Amino acid sequence: MIDRKLLKEIALSESEYLDICELLNREPSSLELGLFGALWSEHCGYKHTKLLLKKLPNKSSKVLSEMGKENAGVLDVGNGIKIVMKVESHNHPSAIEPKEGAATGVGGIVRDIFAMGAYPIAILNSLRFGPQNIPRNKYLLNGVVEGISTYGNCLGIPDVGGEIEFEECYTTNPLVNAMCVGIIENKSPILNAKADKAGDLAILVGSDTGRDGIHGASGLASQSLEEGSDSRSAVQVGNPFLEKVLLESCLISAKMEGIIGMQDLGAAGLTSSVIEVAEKSNLGIELNLDKVHLKENAMTPYEIMLSESQERMLIIVDPVKEERFLKFFKDRDLKANTIGEFIKPKIVKIKYKGNEILNTPVKILTDAPAYELSDKKPRWIDNVQRYIPVKNKISDMNKILESLLKSPNISSKKEVYSQFDHQVQLNTIILPGEADAAVLRLKKDNQAISISIDCDSKKCYLDPEVGASMAVAEACRNIVCTGARPIGLTDGLNMGNPEKMDVQYQITRTIEGLRKACLKFEIPIISGNVSLYNESNEKPIFPTPIIGAIGHIDDYSKVVTASFKSSGDKIIVIGEKLIKDDENLLSGSEYQKIFENKLSGSPYVDLNKEFNLQNSLIEIIDNELINSAHDVSTGGISIAIAESCILGNIGSDILLDGINKKSIYFGENRSAIIVSCNPKKSAEIIKIAKKHNINSKEIGVVTGNKLIINGDICIKVERLKSIFYNQSD
Amino acid sequence: MNIGIIVFPGTWSDRDCEFALSSFKNVKTSFIWHKESIPKNIDAVILPGGFSHGDHLRAGAIAQFSVVMKDVFQLNEKGKPIIGICNGFQILCEAGILPGALIRNKDLKFNCSFVNLKFNDSKKFTSLIPNNKILKIPISHGEGNYQADLSTLNMLQENDQIAFQYCSESGMISDDVNPNGSLNNIAGIYNKNGNVLGMMPHPERSCSPDLGSEDGNLIFKSMIKSF
Repeated sequence: MIDRKLLKEIALSESEYLDICELLNREPSSLELGLFGALWSEHCGYKHTKLLLKKLPNKSSKVLSEMGKENAGVLDVGNGIKIVMKVESHNHPSAIEPKEGAATGVGGIVRDIFAMGAYPIAILNSLRFGPQNIPRNKYLLNGVVEGISTYGNCLGIPDVGGEIEFEECYTTNPLVNAMCVGIIENKSPILNAKADKAGDLAILVGSDTGRDGIHGASGLASQSLEEGSDSRSAVQVGNPFLEKVLLESCLISAKMEGIIGMQDLGAAGLTSSVIEVAEKSNLGIELNLDKVHLKENAMTPYEIMLSESQERMLIIVDPVKEERFLKFFKDRDLKANTIGEFIKPKIVKIKYKGNEILNTPVKILTDAPAYELSDKKPRWIDNVQRYIPVKNKISDMNKILESLLKSPNISSKKEVYSQFDHQVQLNTIILPGEADAAVLRLKKDNQAISISIDCDSKKCYLDPEVGASMAVAEACRNIVCTGARPIGLTDGLNMGNPEKMDVQYQITRTIEGLRKACLKFEIPIISGNVSLYNESNEKPIFPTPIIGAIGHIDDYSKVVTASFKSSGDKIIVIGEKLIKDDENLLSGSEYQKIFENKLSGSPYVDLNKEFNLQNSLIEIIDNELINSAHDVSTGGISIAIAESCILGNIGSDILLDGINKKSIYFGENRSAIIVSCNPKKSAEIIKIAKKHNINSKEIGVVTGNKLIINGDICIKVERLKSIFYNQSD
Repeated sequence: MNIGIIVFPGTWSDRDCEFALSSFKNVKTSFIWHKESIPKNIDAVILPGGFSHGDHLRAGAIAQFSVVMKDVFQLNEKGKPIIGICNGFQILCEAGILPGALIRNKDLKFNCSFVNLKFNDSKKFTSLIPNNKILKIPISHGEGNYQADLSTLNMLQENDQIAFQYCSESGMISDDVNPNGSLNNIAGIYNKNGNVLGMMPHPERSCSPDLGSEDGNLIFKSMIKSF
C-alpha cells in the first residue's frame, strides 16, 4: 500500500517507492522507508545534480581529496600545511527559524572541517535576503546575523568575510551559506570518514539524541517551503558551547592511538552518517540503538535514526583502544557510547531492545536514483536577454552615484560584520571591509591565505552560464587583488525546484559555466553543496552559485588592500585602454535594477582576458609596484573608485573618455581592476600588463578631499563616507 | 616569569595569550585546566577570553566555582599579578575579586572592533607605557557594559582603580566613543591593591604590527617588568 501522505512527508515520489520495492523485492518497513527518504533525498542523494557535478574539474597538483569523497576538500599548500574547506547552505531552516537555522548552519560546516582532523581557522558567510522594507525580510536578516554571531563567536573561530545581496526573489526564502576553512599542520594526516576493517567500533560522542530536526534533510531541504506550514520542529536548536567542547576534544582524539576515522552527524543524522561510512569502507554495520544516549526515553527507532540533534560526532576506533576513548571523552564531560560495530557483510543491521529490527543491504540504501535534467532554453530567458534600453530622466551623475552607494547591495556591511568576532586566533591580517578578500597569516614563515566568497545573482538570472563563470572569475579576482594566487574553489549551488523545466536549464547551464571557468583558470572545485527547491511566491530564486575561493601568498608583507594610500599616486585601470561604453555593460547591473526597474540584456565575460588580467596583477603585486587594488564589480568603475577613496579617506581626480556616460561610470560587465601606485612605477605596471596581453591606462591621480570624475561627478569624500556607512538619511 | 593561562571549557583566547607572550624572553607560559590546581611555581595568571561554560546563566557565573578559582583567590592574597581579559574580567567580577558587573551591551549586539583607550598611568600594569599615549586595542564582546552602584564607583575613583576608559583618537571621553554603554566609559579596572586587572579589550590581539597594533604588548611587558 502506498501511503501518499507519508511519501510526501519524506519527499519520495511514487515511482521511487516502486523502485525501492523492486530493489528489495518486497515492500519496505516503515523504518526502512524513513532511511530511504533520508538517503534518497535531494540533500543527501543529489538526485538531480550528481550526473552534472561529475563534469566539474576537481583535480590539481595540490588537491589531496576529491570532491564528494570526504567531508570537505583538502589542498596542500606546502611546508607541511594542508588547508581544508567547504561551503554549505542552511536556507530552509533559516527561512523558518532564522536564528537557529543560521546558527546550526555554522555548526554543521564547522563539524565537517574538524571531522577531517583540521582546526577551523575561518568562517565566511554568503547571505541573500528580500528587500528590507518587508518586515518578514528584516526579521530574517536580523535573526540570521544574530544566529551566526551567537554560534560562531562562541566557538573562537574568526568570521573573516562574506557578502550579502538583497533581491526580490529571496523574499521569505533567504540563502544562508556558510564556508569554513581549516588547517592541518606539521604534516599531520588527514582523517577520513572510514572504518579500516570489520570489528572497528563506532562511538557516538556529544549531545543526546532528541526529537529535533526529524525530516530536516528530506522534508525540509528537499522540497519547496509551503506557505503557512509549520515545520519549526524540523529545525534543530544549536548549543555552541557543546560544539566548542566537542571540537577541542575531537581534535585531541584525532591524534590518539587507535583512531581510525571520524564523521559528523548532519543532515539525516545517524542514518546518513553511519551508513555512508559503511559504504565508503566497503563494510556493513550493526547498530545497537539501545546504546544511543537520548534526550527522552520514549523515542522510536525511526526517530533515533532520523534525529538531526546537533553537536554529535561519530568516532571510529580500533576495538583494542575502545576503553581509552570512552574514558577520554568522559573526562572532558562529554557523553560517549559505542553504538555499533562494522561487519564484513555489506548489510545495515539495526538492533533495538534485543531484537533485530532492520536488515538491509547497504548498496540498495545508498544507491539513490540519478535524474537527467533538461537543457532546453526557456523562451523567457531568450526574452530577457534582449537588451531593452530605458530612457530615464536622471542625468545628474552625482545623484546616480550616491543612490548606488546607498543601495544595500553596495553600501558598507560593517553593521553586520562588527557583530562577528573576526580577529580571534590572531591570524586576520586584513580585516573585513579593508580589501576585496580576507587575508590570514599561517604563523609559519611569511605564508598567508586569502579567502573570498562571491556571486552576482542578477547576472545568473539573465544568463546562468555566464553568471556562473563570472562568479568564479570574481571570487578569484577578489583574492588576486590582495596578491594571492587562487588554488581552489568550493561551490554552493542554490537553485529553485528542479522538477521545473526552466530550473533544470538553469542548473545545467550553471554547472557548465562553472566547468568552463574552472578549466580556463586551471583551478579545481574541491568541495561543495547543492540546495534546491528555493522558491519565493512559487517563483524560483535567481540561480545563485556561490563560489568560495582560496588563494596562497608566499610573503604576506606584499599584501595589498583596496584603499587609496597617498596623495600624488597615479590611478590606473588594468584591463581596458579605451574604456568600453556599450550599453550591454549595464546588463544585470545595480544601475539597471535601480534606475530601469527591469533586468535585461546579456552579461558578458571573456575568460581568456580575465585569466590574463589576474595573472598580470599577481605579477604586479609580487613586484611590489602598487599601493592599492580594487576590482570593478557591482556599481561599475565609479563605485570602485569611490570605495577606494572612502577606505583611504582621500579624494581622486579622474578622466574617463567615451560617449555613453552611464555605461562608462556604472557598467559592470568588464574585467578590470583599479590600482594606485607611485608615479614612478606606472610604466612598469603597464609593461607587465602588456606582457600578459592586457591593456591598461592611467586615468587619474589620488588627490584632495573630493571624488572628481570628468566634469560629471564631484562629491566630497566625507559625504561619500556618510552615505556608504549609512550615517546620512 | 612563569605565567599560567587558565582554560575553562569554552575558553578561546588561551592560545592567543600564549602566542602573544611567546615573544617575551624569560617568560614561560603553561595552560591550567579548570579542574586542576595552580602549580606552585606560577608567578602570574591570565584568565583569558571566551565563553566559559557557554556563558550559561550569566557570563562567568559558573566558572567562578571551578576548582582552579580557589588558587586564584590565594594568589590574589599573596599580591601576585592576575589579568582577566574579556570573559576573564567577567569571571573576576562574578567571583567578587573585582567590584561591579558586566551586562549586555547597550545596543544588545556583539561588537568586534578596535577601540581607543586612555590608561591610568600610576599602576604597575602600565608602567612602561609613555604618558598620554592613547592605546589602540580591539574589543570583542556582547556583554561588556560595565556597571556598578554609586558607592562602588566612588570607591573606584577615590582609590584610583579605573584602569582604562574608552576614548576618541585624541583622548576625549564621551558617549560617542562608548562601544557598549559602560559607566563612565570604563573599559577596565583594578582591585584596591593594584595586583588584579580586569579589562574588556583584548591586549593579546594587539601584539604585532601585522594585526594593526602592538599596544597590547605594552601591558604584558609592564606586568613582566614591574611584578
